[in-house]
Amino acid sequence: MTVTTGQEAFDTLIAAKQKIEPRDWMPEEYRRTMIRQIAQHAHSEVIGQQPEGNWITRAPSLRRKAILVAKVQDEAGHGLYLYSACETLGVARDELNELLHNGRQKYSSIFNYPTLSWADMGAIGWLVDGAAITNQVALTRTSYGPYARAMIRICKEESFHQRQGYEIMLTLARGTEAQKDMAQDALDRWWWPSLAMFGPPDDQSPHTEQSMRWGIKVETNDQLRQRFVDMTVPQAQFLGLEIPDPELAWNEERGHYDFGDIDWEDFWEVVKGNGPCNRDRIAHKVKAWEDGAWVREAALAHAAKRSAAAEPTANTVNAANTVNAANKELS
Amino acid sequence: MSYDVPRMAGEVDPELGGRRTGYPLWEVFVRADRGLTHVHAGSVHAPDAETAIQSARDVYTRRNEGVSIWVVPSSAIRASDPDAKGDWFDDDKPYRHPTFYEIPEEVGHM
Repeated sequence: MTVTTGQEAFDTLIAAKQKIEPRDWMPEEYRRTMIRQIAQHAHSEVIGQQPEGNWITRAPSLRRKAILVAKVQDEAGHGLYLYSACETLGVARDELNELLHNGRQKYSSIFNYPTLSWADMGAIGWLVDGAAITNQVALTRTSYGPYARAMIRICKEESFHQRQGYEIMLTLARGTEAQKDMAQDALDRWWWPSLAMFGPPDDQSPHTEQSMRWGIKVETNDQLRQRFVDMTVPQAQFLGLEIPDPELAWNEERGHYDFGDIDWEDFWEVVKGNGPCNRDRIAHKVKAWEDGAWVREAALAHAAKRSAAAEPTANTVNAANTVNAANKELS
Repeated sequence: MSYDVPRMAGEVDPELGGRRTGYPLWEVFVRADRGLTHVHAGSVHAPDAETAIQSARDVYTRRNEGVSIWVVPSSAIRASDPDAKGDWFDDDKPYRHPTFYEIPEEVGHM
């Protein structure tokens, strides 16, 4: 057997497009990049509940309401899969919470825009989730095993999100003039932020190259953005709505749609914390966390008390109960 | 959704120590259907086993993914040494596999 260093073993796995697993040796920078990306992704799912949660009580029918509740619950679940994946890299959930709350870790800027009308539920599902799927389908091939597995799970569930959004848009587009205007207004407001979700152009993404080499990213921001535009334009045409970009045109030679320039200044302002809802989103999250503190304390106290009663000498949490339950299951 | 937030000028990654506070971590295993084994699905934080099972149901079986759940304290999991894989898992005994043996075609399927 030849002796290989951690670096060599890592390089061999990456070259063979094999997955890196939690206990493998990995370069410190790989680990940091992975933590940052998965944490941001998790935070995005969690904060992403807010813009849509905003409309649950005002959904136009019981059907729409049940769907919206299920969707928001999915976002919470996606956040939890991802926190789980992130924790395999040696960080604790509480640390990640704290870094979100104090602003040292970010979430996707798309969630810093307000949801002003019901049509925004349609536009978010169709465009924001559509952009997310484009990104996430590529990420199912990412090199870190736990992240890739979370992505596969999430992609299976996101498809419902996009379809329900498009259905809302379709219903409004076929409705009264006022409803159609509402749908157009939502498209006008969400189109550019959705394109910006893919991140800065490739020539302004200094970290893309390293991420590609490590198999963290498998496609570039511009490639994914183009795919999203190509996929979405015909869908907008079917709705009879107009994409707010006068430069949008089919380019026969390239076989793709050309589109106008994204306002990156606005994008960076939102990343820096100056978007319409940045402060509200974090304030709401922190309040929910703080309001829940007594519940967490009570649950831990209850668990400790029950554990002590069941097994007076043990001070670990209920491990015995788990074993008993598993035994019952096996018998 | 998605989310590679670009780095800002001067951004420094926070130091993370993996300090564990709050609810303990549980590994979740889900049996997809009768006749199948429980398979690892992920993990949840919960104060006790009962709550862990409840959370596991909400997080990992929202679409009929399972008919049974196990939870195990993550601290109870013991794993083989990841660096020992050469010695442990090397497949150097091809005669353990059926394809090692040549059976004349006339004999048919075996």
